[in-house]
Amino acid sequence: MKQTILDARNLKQHYQVKQGLFKPDAHVKAVDGVSFSLGKGETLAVVGESGCGKSTLGRMLTMIETPTSGELKYGDEDLLSLSKQAQARLRQKIQIIFQNPYGSLNPRKKIGAILEEPLVINTKLSAGERKAKAFAMMAKVGLKPEHYERYPHMFSGGQRQRIAIARGLMLDPDIIVADEPVSALDVSVQAQVLNLMMDLQQEFGLSYVFISHDLSVVEHIADQVMVMYLGKVVEHGSCAQVFEQPKHPYTQALLSSTPQLAAEKRRQRIKLQGELPSPLNPPSGCAFHGRCQYAEDQCRSQMPSLRSLADGHLIACHLVNQ
Amino acid sequence: MSLLTLDKLSVTFGNFRAVDQISYSVEAGEVLGIVGESGSGKSVSSLSVMGLIDHPGKVKAAQLTFMGQDLLAMGEKQRRKITGSDIAMIFQDPMTSLNPCYTVGYQIIEALKTHQGGNKKQLQQRAIELLTLVGIPAPETRMSAYPHQLSGGMSQRVMIAIAIACNPKLLIADEPTTALDVTIQAQIIDLLINLQQQKQMGLVLITHDLALVAEVAHRVIVMYAGQIVESGPAAEVFSTPKHPYTQALLASLPESAAGKSRLMALPGVVPGQFDRPSGCLLSPRCPYATERCHEEVPPAQGPLTRQVKCHTPLDMNGSPIK
Repeated sequence: MKQTILDARNLKQHYQVKQGLFKPDAHVKAVDGVSFSLGKGETLAVVGESGCGKSTLGRMLTMIETPTSGELKYGDEDLLSLSKQAQARLRQKIQIIFQNPYGSLNPRKKIGAILEEPLVINTKLSAGERKAKAFAMMAKVGLKPEHYERYPHMFSGGQRQRIAIARGLMLDPDIIVADEPVSALDVSVQAQVLNLMMDLQQEFGLSYVFISHDLSVVEHIADQVMVMYLGKVVEHGSCAQVFEQPKHPYTQALLSSTPQLAAEKRRQRIKLQGELPSPLNPPSGCAFHGRCQYAEDQCRSQMPSLRSLADGHLIACHLVNQ
Repeated sequence: MSLLTLDKLSVTFGNFRAVDQISYSVEAGEVLGIVGESGSGKSVSSLSVMGLIDHPGKVKAAQLTFMGQDLLAMGEKQRRKITGSDIAMIFQDPMTSLNPCYTVGYQIIEALKTHQGGNKKQLQQRAIELLTLVGIPAPETRMSAYPHQLSGGMSQRVMIAIAIACNPKLLIADEPTTALDVTIQAQIIDLLINLQQQKQMGLVLITHDLALVAEVAHRVIVMYAGQIVESGPAAEVFSTPKHPYTQALLASLPESAAGKSRLMALPGVVPGQFDRPSGCLLSPRCPYATERCHEEVPPAQGPLTRQVKCHTPLDMNGSPIK
């Protein structure tokens, strides 16, 4: 087992939603009790459909949002109970890359300024040192020195994502939360960016929390895979466990709906009826029972808890026996 | 007779050729996949078939016929009778292609009224039938729903309902599932293919998802920088690509790279307006490029059913024929 660098226990994020003057506030359980531990140099992939809470999880890990409850440990330090200054120091160690490189770069700043901004805020480096660091990082991610003076609109999507990655790495973080980093890119550019991310992981010993809905990308890059459904983890295991022997009906359905190039790899399509239920009004029992082909009475009334199978594969389903 | 025939169709915006002399045809009951990266002209070519290219764009073609009728020679009014009824289109982003100010029912009836007419009751009845056909639960109540009240998948179903309202003979689907989750994507594609088979429509499926095309299309066209670089039966093109670009696209998919190794990435990006190379447009990115490729524009070669635009097309083993 590798040294654990980030440890989350029972993280929850509940939002209050006003429903009108005379109605009580409703609660949206965006993330409801997520636990995992991430080892150094490891990649944890979080997959699920839109609205399952994977981005909210990413925002909590980077401390953009404070969880409603739960524990979040970086090494030995509890991120949630620390003072403001200590939090600011640790924030440098956990950085985020956003999904859309067209929206995440300030169009009025030059690339140099974008890359140096984290250094200006968090370090006492001189202007010259900052510039040198920015150039070094640009070379690492495959940008040319003349790009330093350019604006984001002059770049293509893939290059912008490189800039966003470089910005994330400026403070020498240990953990990168990548929120759908390649979903806005074309396949050939996607391959370039994924290669870059894997190279950087080796070079700096980075740990990734890789949020994605693209299962073929996840299969390629992940060590651990966590499948979320309506704010809860339904399956969590190593990449091989989840992709070769998916146990939860939802994971099976997700895998079977992903188009495959090779005819022999195509699985019997499991047709999921309907859509993700509203998180404002989640179904009783197992949240998935309305779309599950195996659902029994027990599933409708009782919420399955996440339990461990013999091989350490975690699963939240009543009907799976080993 | 082919349903739709394009011969040497070009779309220019000022000096920029977004689509450069492409030729293809679609038969009734056929699924034609068009793949390529963003900026390769796949959307623009289909918009030109629909007559949706606005000033300053100019459409030129040696032939653009739908069931023997010349679309470019006929008057605006006559053409409008065909587009929307006999040729229909589904757009990429369902959330922005529906008018937010009108109810779903109104927008379906609008299409019906324009092309078929009928009294209010019949129109209403037909619209409900259409919503049932595309699998929307409780269609009577959904008629009065506004687009913002529907999820992405539901909106796309409404878009499909509008498109098939007048029983089109040709349906053009421009990235119909790109904005949707995989499970919803599977539902929408199943629906489209079922409708296509039921009504024996010609379906043009434009996408950048190669695996999706491999699963459903009969024939496939690969576009690069406004040109068709390869065309042929889907299974053949994907198993033994003849053009280096097709080969590179397939190789850059994560599922093609077994194990946790680097992905094969094509360096660089699609050339834009100002950096068009002379000779073959792929030559700066092509691993097999020779001097001839940098100077001479390659002609399309091979039989009509399996064309490739390359000086040194690849053989069965994926290496260039000298």
